[in-house]
Amino acid sequence: MALPPPDPQFVLRGTSAAIHTLHFSCGGQEPDIPVLFSGSENGFIHVWNLKTHRVDTALDGHGRKSVYCVETVGGKDRLLSQGRDQRICLWDLAEGRTSVTDSVFTEHVGFCRCSLGKVAQGRWLVATAAKGLEEVQVLELPSKTSVCTLKPEVGAKLGMPMCLKLWQLSCGSQPLLLAGYEDGSVVLWNVTMGKALSQLVCHQEPVMSLDFDSEKAKGISGSSEKVLRIWSLNEQQNLQVYKTHELVNAGISDITIRPDKKILATAGWDHRIRIFGWKKLKPLAVLDYHTATVHCVSFSDHRNPCERLLAAGSKDHRISVWSIYPQT
Amino acid sequence: LSLIPGGLDCSISFVSHVLGKVCVHGRQKEILGVLVPHLTELTKSDCIWQRICWRLVECVPERWMEAVVLGFVQKAPGADVLSRLLGNLVVKNKKAQFVVTQKMLLLQYGHTTVVLQNLLGYLSLDSLRRALLLRVLQELLETWGSSSAVKHSPPEQQLYISKAILICLSHLKEPEIESCRQELLTSMMAGVKCHLDSSLPQLRRLGMVVAESISSRINTEGPVLKFEYEEDDETRELKSLLVQTPPVCVVPSLPDDDSSKKAGAALPSVPESNKKSQTAPPVMPDEESDAELDSDDDLVPYDMSEDKELKIKAPVYIRDCIEVLTGSEDVDKWEATVKALESLIRSNPAATREVSVELAKILLHLEEKTCIEGFVDLRQRAQVAVLTTDPIPVSKYLTSQFYSLNYSLRQRMDILDVLVLAAQELSCPKFHGKPKHSDAQKPRIQLLPGSDSSKDWRRIVDERIKSKTRRFATGQCHVEPASTPNQFSSVAGHFFFPLIQHFDRPLTTFDLLGEDHLILGRLVHTLAVLMYLAVNTVAVTAMGKALLEFVWTLRFHVDSYVRQGLLSCISSLLLSVPAELLLADMAEELLETQSWLGDVVEKDPDGDCRRLALQNLLLMENLKKKLEAVPS
Repeated sequence: MALPPPDPQFVLRGTSAAIHTLHFSCGGQEPDIPVLFSGSENGFIHVWNLKTHRVDTALDGHGRKSVYCVETVGGKDRLLSQGRDQRICLWDLAEGRTSVTDSVFTEHVGFCRCSLGKVAQGRWLVATAAKGLEEVQVLELPSKTSVCTLKPEVGAKLGMPMCLKLWQLSCGSQPLLLAGYEDGSVVLWNVTMGKALSQLVCHQEPVMSLDFDSEKAKGISGSSEKVLRIWSLNEQQNLQVYKTHELVNAGISDITIRPDKKILATAGWDHRIRIFGWKKLKPLAVLDYHTATVHCVSFSDHRNPCERLLAAGSKDHRISVWSIYPQT
Repeated sequence: LSLIPGGLDCSISFVSHVLGKVCVHGRQKEILGVLVPHLTELTKSDCIWQRICWRLVECVPERWMEAVVLGFVQKAPGADVLSRLLGNLVVKNKKAQFVVTQKMLLLQYGHTTVVLQNLLGYLSLDSLRRALLLRVLQELLETWGSSSAVKHSPPEQQLYISKAILICLSHLKEPEIESCRQELLTSMMAGVKCHLDSSLPQLRRLGMVVAESISSRINTEGPVLKFEYEEDDETRELKSLLVQTPPVCVVPSLPDDDSSKKAGAALPSVPESNKKSQTAPPVMPDEESDAELDSDDDLVPYDMSEDKELKIKAPVYIRDCIEVLTGSEDVDKWEATVKALESLIRSNPAATREVSVELAKILLHLEEKTCIEGFVDLRQRAQVAVLTTDPIPVSKYLTSQFYSLNYSLRQRMDILDVLVLAAQELSCPKFHGKPKHSDAQKPRIQLLPGSDSSKDWRRIVDERIKSKTRRFATGQCHVEPASTPNQFSSVAGHFFFPLIQHFDRPLTTFDLLGEDHLILGRLVHTLAVLMYLAVNTVAVTAMGKALLEFVWTLRFHVDSYVRQGLLSCISSLLLSVPAELLLADMAEELLETQSWLGDVVEKDPDGDCRRLALQNLLLMENLKKKLEAVPS
């Protein structure tokens, strides 16, 4: 007899706007407080104290335009945020400061979340959708120099890039980028050479979100339809479809794989969060708490496995935090 | 015809005379049937024979030239053969030119497509004649584009001219098109407008196909004109004429992409909703039953039996529905309400009657907030449900709105459609509770809503006429349904009379007797159906009288769709009003109508009108006979 699905461990309220992005930063040692960053539709980035479950700081840097991507750049003192004011902002949050140190004007008017990847100590690459309709620009941080612009060939008709993921096979090797596009295809790019290595049509509708496991060379993508598509990368760097999973209700806004690669979570338009086992995509749980579309899910990076959390942000202005399968 | 070939300058004028005389007496087929194959063979390679042939036709006297040329054009198996046989006759001989370029194309329209192909192909084969081809095209386009021609000439002639235009286009080469591009464009624009204004769908389609073809020829690069219409045999045939497979000419063949879309129109129309349904496969099964042995085993799944398809609940009370439809921001709820509305109305008649007029008002103005599949149909069904639940106040409202300001043509036509559907439902007892549009027991009466309902009215009346005029009525036995009082009887007048009342009063935006003749046509057809459905009701005689007067005032209307409607009205009248009452109350008017019908049968340019008039005359004859047969 299976147990009924668990309830959230706690719920964070107080943003008074839909939440579009979440990012944990709990890897620090004591006495560092574990925090959760959330970006909302009203332009604020809230820094939640996970001990007190309250907002420590509220950052206002995007002119009240919706913030749809938040990531830490090597620790919770440096934050990167992307908003609908067409800017990527870099924040300095050390010692209680709340200032924007730098910003990049991407001229991107869509909703594609940028992707951050570390290439060397102190050097990062950020891939973001750019001004041109089908282009992805890769910049180096903190210098903000452009590494390359990835343009699909003329007539490819991929549409806007919808989601990005930068990764490397191992530290020091060539950075690669996976991009999901509006026409439903996923393209693998070689960033250094600026060339597309492989393209796979995964969906009939735009690819809403994707995530990739570089160890197993397997990735998963979700779209506005009812399928989740798992694809793999073979030795020739070619993408092939591996598996398909049918959902009960259509629409996936976000997918994320837990850092230990055991489970993954999907945020659905049907207000539900679904948990699957990553190995065989075995459905594990359906978490039904929210009353509106769930926009984002994120796993925490706690060092102690038992403390690991999953957070989900929704249009109903709430962030639900769950402790699910912590012990594996 | 064994003339001496080679070098001798024979005079073959005698032969020409004979040929001419025979042809003019109507014996073209016989003599040319023998002559043409022979000449085809002989002229294939022999130039001398060709010249002999040309001399032959050139020498035919003027007064017989027409018959000969006509015969040759009809008999020749191909354009190249015709070219060999006639040579440049059309250039040299004025009469021949007239026959080929004017008479056969513009004044006659009975020739087959093959003959047209031969004729125009012949014109295109020689450089001297190509100038004629261009002139022909211009004249054809002028006729095609003239609004009086579109209104008054029979559809068959218009089809013929359209075919001719397309064939001409297929023969023209690029530089020629370049030179007359501007004129082509102007004629096309003018012509398209007249065609789209017409009430007959066939003419509209013709206009669309020809305009598309012209546009694709003059704009070889860049966007071309594309219309939405239903493909059928006629349009396919027309489009195939654009592509030539000639042995000699170089004609670019066009890739016609055959898009099949729903029949659209140039009127303001409610946009059709596209696919976005929320229906899903059944519940995901409980996963606990399968036990896979892998390292994922330590992850025990939770109970997922609650994970079902997401459904938004629709409101259960009519008043709640009204609230959702008028104010609610929640689009999911709005969608669910629209889908559930019809069944709610039908299951709660008392509650509906309390708010019927308000509901009808909301539905009339309801616009698509989100993309629901079949929105137009859902709305119409809800409207019909309201109307049948509370006929008198709602029909009063709807008929008054029909004549009010600030409604779109589409909304007015919707009102008419809803009235008809509701009338059908009320007059047929078995429709109660289950509004199916096709009924197995009475297959002949199928009222299908749609933008092209005109055919259906005619079909119904036709079938009813057929059933009445046959003396041996077999195959008519259907199980008689349990009899209930005819619900339409008490409300027929409320549906009918307000519609007929104000048709001659023009409003600022709506003038039935002026531009809006399409609506007038639809109104007339609607009245015909209402009349037909009013059979055996109390008001039928009064309705009949009013209808007869209405028809009388409009009988000379220019639009053939309206005239067809008027004739359907007469048919319905003759079928519905009992014969004795017809004679008692309307005898004089009927006699006048009879003479008018006789006129229509002889003189009306539209084939359908003539047929309907004939049927009406037959009906009248039958009535007379029936009355005479009854002894009292």
